[in-house]
Formats: sequence, C-alpha cells, structure tokens
Amino acid sequence: MKSLTEDTRLSAEAYAERAGTRKAFFTDTSICIGCKACEVACKEWNRNPQDGNLEVLGSSYDNTGELGANTWRHVAFVEQDKDRIEKARESGRKLVNLGIPSVGPPSQGGPGPAGAGQNGTAPPDTAEFRWLMSSDVCKHCTHAGCLDVCPTGALFRTEYGTVKVQEDICNGCGTCVGGCPFGVIERRDEGIIRAKTERAQSQYAQEIPNPGTANKCTFCYDRLVDGQTPACAQTCPTTSIKFGDREDMVEQARQRVAELHKQGMTEARLYGANPNDGVGGTGSVFLLLDEPEVYGLPPDPRVPTKDLPRMYKQAVMAASGMIAAVGLSFVLGARR
Amino acid sequence: MVEKPQFSSYYGRAVVKAPPWGDEIAAYLFLGGLAGGSSLLSLGAQVTGSRTLQRNARLTALGAVGLGTVALVHDLGRPERFLYMLRTFKITSPMSVGSWVLTSFSTGAGVTAAVEVDRLTSQRLPLGPLRPVLYALEGPAEAQTALLAAPLCSYTGPLLSNTAVPTWNAARDELPFVFVSSAALAASGAALVSTPVRDTQPARALSALAAVGDVISMKLMKQRMHPAEAEPLQTGAPGTMLKWAERLAVGGAAGAVLLGRYRAPAVASGALMMGASALTRIGILRAGIASARDPRHTIEPQKARLQARQADGVVHDSITTAG
Repeated sequence: MKSLTEDTRLSAEAYAERAGTRKAFFTDTSICIGCKACEVACKEWNRNPQDGNLEVLGSSYDNTGELGANTWRHVAFVEQDKDRIEKARESGRKLVNLGIPSVGPPSQGGPGPAGAGQNGTAPPDTAEFRWLMSSDVCKHCTHAGCLDVCPTGALFRTEYGTVKVQEDICNGCGTCVGGCPFGVIERRDEGIIRAKTERAQSQYAQEIPNPGTANKCTFCYDRLVDGQTPACAQTCPTTSIKFGDREDMVEQARQRVAELHKQGMTEARLYGANPNDGVGGTGSVFLLLDEPEVYGLPPDPRVPTKDLPRMYKQAVMAASGMIAAVGLSFVLGARR
Repeated sequence: MVEKPQFSSYYGRAVVKAPPWGDEIAAYLFLGGLAGGSSLLSLGAQVTGSRTLQRNARLTALGAVGLGTVALVHDLGRPERFLYMLRTFKITSPMSVGSWVLTSFSTGAGVTAAVEVDRLTSQRLPLGPLRPVLYALEGPAEAQTALLAAPLCSYTGPLLSNTAVPTWNAARDELPFVFVSSAALAASGAALVSTPVRDTQPARALSALAAVGDVISMKLMKQRMHPAEAEPLQTGAPGTMLKWAERLAVGGAAGAVLLGRYRAPAVASGALMMGASALTRIGILRAGIASARDPRHTIEPQKARLQARQADGVVHDSITTAG
C-alpha cells in the first residue's frame, strides 16, 4: 500500500481558483515579552470559554497551563540559570555541527525581519539568568494527524492550507485528540464562560459554544476570508507572532536565526521549518532558544498516518491468523 | 553509541493528549471482539453441522455487537450525531473504516440472530409475508458477518495505534494480534458458557490457540517497545489488570482443555477467559491514557529515536533545525 499521508497539492487543487497561498505563523520567541495579549485576543475573538478556575499553577507566570479545547494560544514561561543557558547554547551548536537544516541558505545581506530587536534578547536577561517565553499554537501541520483520523470529515484543509474543524459536523468521537502529535486539539467537555457565580444570572451569562465537539485554533478562518490577520498576530505588540505566506515566514525565520547565530546566540534554532520532518513541516514555525521539550513541544513528532499502511497490513495478517485458528479449531475439535 | 537521553519537560506537563475515551470504549473493544469471534464460530458450526453452537454463537454475536454499539454511541461528545460516522468513508481514519465494518457486520448479525429467535419461538415473530425474505437472507447474512468478523476484531489495533499516544503507537505491529487472540478467547469462552459440552470441542481447541496467541503477542509487544513506552503496561492499575488477564487466560484455557468435558468446569473456564479478554482491553486502554499523561513516555522515546537516527548520519528529517 502506498503512503496514506495527505498530498497537500491535491487539497490545494481541489479549491481550484479559490485556493490561496498557504498561510503560516512565524513565532519568534526571542522577542516575546510574555504579555499574553495573544491569549486574550484569541479568547475574545473566538468567544472561547474559560479553562479551570483561575488557579495559580506554580509555573512562573504561566497560569494558563496548556493548549486545549478552550485555549488556542498558550504562552509558556521558563526560568533558566547559567547552567541551563550554557546547555541550550551547546545543544544549538551541536545542531549546526550536525549539519541539520538549511534547505536553502539564508539570503545574505538582506534587511533583518521587521521588528527584530537590536541585541535580540529581551530584558531582564543576564548572563546568569534568562526567561524564555513562547506563545504556542496549533501547528497546522502539512500532514495533520487530527485531520487524517477524523471519521466524519469534520476536520478539513482550508483554501489557506490550514486545518479547521466544522463544528456542526463533529460528533465528538475524540479520535483527533489522540491523533495530534502536539497535544493541541481537545474535546470541549468542560469550560465556563462566566468566571463568577453571580454572573450566571447576569446579562454577561453566555452559552458555551460547541459543547462536546473537538475544538482548536481555526487560524482565525473567519478573519482570513475577510482578508484580515489572525487575532493573535494582529495584537502582538512586539511582532513576536508574525503572519503571512508560509514561504515568506520560513524565509524570515531563516534570516532571523542566522542573525542571532552571528550575535553568538547559538541556542537559536527553528522548529517546524523542515519539510522533511515527521509532519511534513508545520504551518506554525517557531524560533526557539532551547530544546523543544523545554517548551513542552515534542522533540521528534511523527504523524501516525505515516505508519498506517503497515498497521493495516498487520491487521490483515492478524485477521487471517484468526480465521486460520478458528478453522484449525474445528478440525481439531471434530467429533470422531 | 547512542547517548542516554536527558529528560527535561515543561513543568512535567503532558506533551500529547489521550482521546477522551472512557471505559465504554474498553467495553466496546471487548464486545466487538466477542461478536466477531462468535460469528466465526457460527460459520464453523454451520460447516460442521453443529446447530446448538451455531444458534448460541449467532445470538451472542448480535447481543455483543448491539451492546458494543450502544457503548460507542454513549461515549461520543454528541451522541445524537452518531450517524455522521457514515457521512463519508476515509481510509486514513481507522475510526471511519471501523464504523463501516461495524455497521455492515451488525446488519448481517441482526438478520441471522432474527432467524434464530424466530426458530426458537416457533415462528412467532410478527413477520407476516416477510418471513420467507428473512429466511432467504440467512445465507448471505451469514456470509457477510463471517467476512467482516475478523476485520471487526483486528481493526481496533490500528484504531488505537494510529495516534500519538506513546504506548498505543509503539504497539502498532503487535496490537492487532493481541486483539484477535483476545477476541477468540472471549468468543470461545462465551461458547463454553452458553453451549452444552457435546458441542464445544472446537471452542475448547480455539481457547487453547487463543491463549497461546494472547500470551505470546503481548510478550512480543512489550519487548519491542522502548522501556518508557512499555512501562505503563507493567505498572499501576493497568499493569495489575494485564497481569491478571494473563493468569485468567492461561487458567481458563487450561481448564477448558483439561476439564471442558464437564459442564460446570467448562462454564467456569469460559467465564475466566471472558474475564481475561475484558481485562486485556481495559488494561491496554488505560495504559495508553496513562502513557499520554506523563511527558516522559513521549519525550524519552522520541529523543532516543532522534539521536539514534542522527548517530546513523540521518540528519535531514529533524523538526528542529539550525537554520
């Protein structure tokens, strides 16, 4: 059986003249200041319910926790001492030495990406301490595990190359939740819109939208069709979240990482820019300053569908074995 | 030489999420297997002219697949939309493939079981002029269920494995074998419980084969995993369940082979084997969910495989790049 992973050229073709270029985020974590404006803008625009009960999670300034049905942008905060900084620098140097990347060399001499900081780091970083902040989001994978396993067709590839749930089709089977290698999509089983009990009776009380269905970042599909920028990118005050055509985003990311390397920040690296990785590259490219798992990202994600042909083969063999075993039982158990 | 991976995570939070599947799904895995296995027994009984076994196996198949479907629908986030499962067919989605297998199987099982009920009640079902139609469909329906029975038992392997849940994904090569063995164990167990001993020799033989398959495939499955992926199958409540599943399987099959000629021990052995199958399903389901909860089960194996590839000089496929 040949590969079962999605050929995105075909999905683009299906849209014919309606097909746009593939859109992407480039999240440059080196200039993120952890203001969480993206989280707020996302919640407001998409009318997403509140997660949890406003607890303090004991993870630096991160009291959001993780991406889920009701949280489509999540800012991670990591505090690191000198040792960890040195380790991150070392692991970045190793990447360069391995010769991992560079599908094309970054163009030389071009102007740096808009909004890149002069020294590339945000205060209060010192040689002894640094604070990593990163706004995580759905990766809108080239080979999307959630989309592949969706039995109803509720998850689909949009004309912008992004991945979206049709909330009126989803029947909440939950398969996509396990299908995602990044733990992004989730079924909306809980969540509240009113933060305080008294609001239940007030004019601010709201119905929770789309209960029992799978929810995740829509890439602000409703804004894209109107020619607008997604809410998170629009609101980001430092341009840490950039939005545009994927090719431009990857190019900007390459330039930025080269610039940081030149400044001696060998810890800088890209995540999701490689079309040969386990998910065929992502529609949300990140510039990270440490190993991905430090930010809660998987170090080697692989869309399960890549192995599905083999899984089906094994299942057919097992089924044949079962038929043979039952046949053999009737031979062995024949009344003599 | 591959370095031992150093493990770090984001405040110990999960990297991947397990599907929101409760014990209804474990019940379905058990019941679907029981239905599929019973349907194959029914076909065998048809060929060898074992009427009682065939009747009981057919009734078991419909009862199990019916209950299993109810469990599946109940576990949906929007149960009223269960028919949306059939609005498309997607080969990339084992859930979609399985939905079609399940509904087609159930239709056939419904017809054969209806025939049996009609015979049992001396044709008292209010069928009117449709009775000949039902009886004419008996043969084709038997063929349909027999054809889909084994796939019904084995598709659940890819259903669990085609996810990013570490333990299920790592089980992808062996899980279908575990599941068909478990299904055969449950079906032969049900036959031993429901059917007088003079008709159960094939079921007793099948229970021995199924127990051997169950124990071996489970062992191989654990062995071939990264230790961090196998651990949830060996520790905690799921580990205990799977340990007992193995004991019950071996004990039940031994009882069936050695004492299956006597009615009471046969029933007891059959019950043990059905218990073994149920425990296997719930143990594997919960082990997977546990493996998603702790990031170690995701990150350690991924780092290990990435470093192993890089040590072999494969450097073009990393998601992290230097530029």
